[in-house]
Amino acid sequence: MSRGPLLFKDIDTPGLAALETYRAGGGYETLAEALGKRSPDECIEIVKASGLRGRGGAGFPTGLKWSFVPKQTTKPKYLVCNADESEPGTFKDRELMEKNPHLLIEGIILSAWAIQANTGYIYLRGEFDYIQRILDRAIADARTAGLIGANVLGTAFRFERYTHLGAGAYICGEETALLSSLEGYRGQPRLKPPFPAVEGLYACPTVVNNTETLMNVPHILKHGAAWYRQWGTEKSAGTKILSVSGRVKRPGNYEVPLGLPLSTLLDEHCGGMRDGLAIKAVIPGGSSVPPLPASMLSTGLDYESMNAAGTFLGSGGVIVIDDQTCLVDALWNITRFYEHESCGKCTPCREGTYWMSEVLERLEHGHGRESDIGLLEDVADNILGKSFCALGDAAAMPVQGFIQHFRAEFEYHVAHRRCMVNRRSAEIESRWGEAVRA
Amino acid sequence: MSAPVVSIESAAPPLEWPAARRAEVDDALSHYPLRRSAVLPILWIAQREWGWISPAALRLVARTLELPEPEVFGIATFYTMFNLKPIGRHHLQVCMTLSCSLMGADRLFSHLESKLGIGHGETTPDGRFTLRRVECLAACGGGPCLQAGLEYHEHLDEAKVDALLEKLK
Repeated sequence: MSRGPLLFKDIDTPGLAALETYRAGGGYETLAEALGKRSPDECIEIVKASGLRGRGGAGFPTGLKWSFVPKQTTKPKYLVCNADESEPGTFKDRELMEKNPHLLIEGIILSAWAIQANTGYIYLRGEFDYIQRILDRAIADARTAGLIGANVLGTAFRFERYTHLGAGAYICGEETALLSSLEGYRGQPRLKPPFPAVEGLYACPTVVNNTETLMNVPHILKHGAAWYRQWGTEKSAGTKILSVSGRVKRPGNYEVPLGLPLSTLLDEHCGGMRDGLAIKAVIPGGSSVPPLPASMLSTGLDYESMNAAGTFLGSGGVIVIDDQTCLVDALWNITRFYEHESCGKCTPCREGTYWMSEVLERLEHGHGRESDIGLLEDVADNILGKSFCALGDAAAMPVQGFIQHFRAEFEYHVAHRRCMVNRRSAEIESRWGEAVRA
Repeated sequence: MSAPVVSIESAAPPLEWPAARRAEVDDALSHYPLRRSAVLPILWIAQREWGWISPAALRLVARTLELPEPEVFGIATFYTMFNLKPIGRHHLQVCMTLSCSLMGADRLFSHLESKLGIGHGETTPDGRFTLRRVECLAACGGGPCLQAGLEYHEHLDEAKVDALLEKLK
C-alpha cells in the first residue's frame, strides 16, 4: 500500500537505495532533461510557481530563496542540505534518506544547477552516522555513473558534493549556526543580514534547504508546477511529511496533502489514541511551537491555518500528549531541552531558558509560588525576539502557549502542590512495557 | 617536600595517525577549501580510533589542522558527542526528550540504572557500559529509544533492553 502521494509513494520499494532500482523507476531522468533543456532561471521559475515552501520549519518560499543568490558574482556558490533534523518530535528526513538517498542526491544536483553552485554539502546530525554511510555509498555510485563530477552527464556542469557529520548540537539546525559549524567553528549563529544567499558558507552565496524540500524538487521539475499544486491549498501547496509521536496507536511518518485536518491525521492515519487514553494537547510542528488543545483538532495542517490557530506547522513533528500526562511536567521537559541546547551566545536565551527550567522544576515538585506563572510569562516575553536566532523564540513560545491554553493546570499545581493527573500511578509507571503490544 | 609537578598531558607520548586513519584524514581535508573545516570529521576519526578524545589525540588533531590546541578544545567541548574522558565499551545514550518521555523514558532509564548499578555519566567497573541521558535522537516515533554507540534501538521494553544488554559484551 502506498504511504503517500509523492515522497512516500514508492518509499518502501525493496532496494530503492540502490542506484539501479532508483533509475528503473525513472530516477535521474529529470536531471538529464533539465541539464539538456532547461536554463537555471527556468528551473527557479518552475519551483517558484509550484509554491514549494521550506519544509524544515520556517516555510519560506524555496524558489524565492534561490532567486536571492546573485547571478553576477565571481565567488563560488554553495548548496547546503540541512539534514540536521534536530527539532524534537521530527524524524522524517531520517527515513527519507535511509530509504531513498538518490532522490535527495538528484534534488541536490537539480537545485545546484538552478543556483549554479558547483559544490554541495549535506550536513547530518552526529547521530546519523549510519545515514552518512548510506549517502556516501549512493554518492560514490552516482559519481561512477557520471552524475557527479567534472562533467555531470557529459555536460559542462561541474558538481561535487560531500556529507558532513555534526556531533550533537541542536543549534546546528539553524542555518547560520550550521554554516559556522561546517566552516569549522563552534556552531553559533550569526546575525542576519547578510543572509546566506549573499554571504553564507565562506562568505560566498549559499542556499541552505531542508532535506524534504530538496526531495520535492525532482518531482516538481518533472511534472510541473500545476501538477504539484493538485495537493495542498493556494498558499500551502503540495504535501508534507508529518512525524507523529506520543501514545497514538500507530506513531510514525505520514505524507499528507497540506491542509488536511489534524484530526483526520490522528484518527484515520494513526488509528487514534491507545485504548483508555484521550488527547489533551497536540504540539503540531516540533516542540518549539505552542500546543493546540483538544478542542482545536479540526485545524488544517497547513501554514496559514496553523498561524490562525496561534501556532505553527513548523517541521511537522506532531507530538500527541494524552490526558494522563501532566502538562507542567511536559513543559518542564521541553524547557530543559532548550536550556541544554542554548549555545550561550545571547543573554536572554542563555539565562532565560535556565530560569524557566528552574521555575518549572519547583512548580512540578510542588514548591511553586503564586507568582510563578506570571514570572514564567515575564521571562518568556523577555526572550521572545531578543536573541540572534530562533532558539530563544523556540524556548519561549511553548511556555506562552501551554500557559495560555492550560492555565488551570498550572494554577492547580501551585494550589495543591501536586499534579492534576497522578503521573506516578502504577498504570503510568508500567507504560513503557506497552511498546511490546504496539 | 612536595611532589614534582608532572601533568598527565605532558607525560602522554605524542600520538600519530595509523596509516589507514591517515588516509581518512587526508580524504576529509580534501572536502573543504579551508583546512579548519575538517575539524569535526577529524575529531570523529580520532574518536573512532581511540574511543575518546584524549589530550594527546586533541593535540594531534590540532597539529593536523594547523590550529592552536585551545581552539580545537573549544570546538570539541561545544558538541556533546565527543568523549573528552574515557568511556565504557558500550555507550548507552537514552533519549529523555518529550516524545520518549511520554512513552516511558524515565522507566527505561531507571531500569538501566538498577540493572547496571550506575547512574548518568558513570561507567561500570568492568568498563563494559557507560550510561547517559541525552536529548532528542530523532527517533520520536520509536520511543522509548536509545543509541548504543551510534546504533539505534527503538520501541524498547524491558525484555528488549535486557536482550540488548546480554548481546553487548
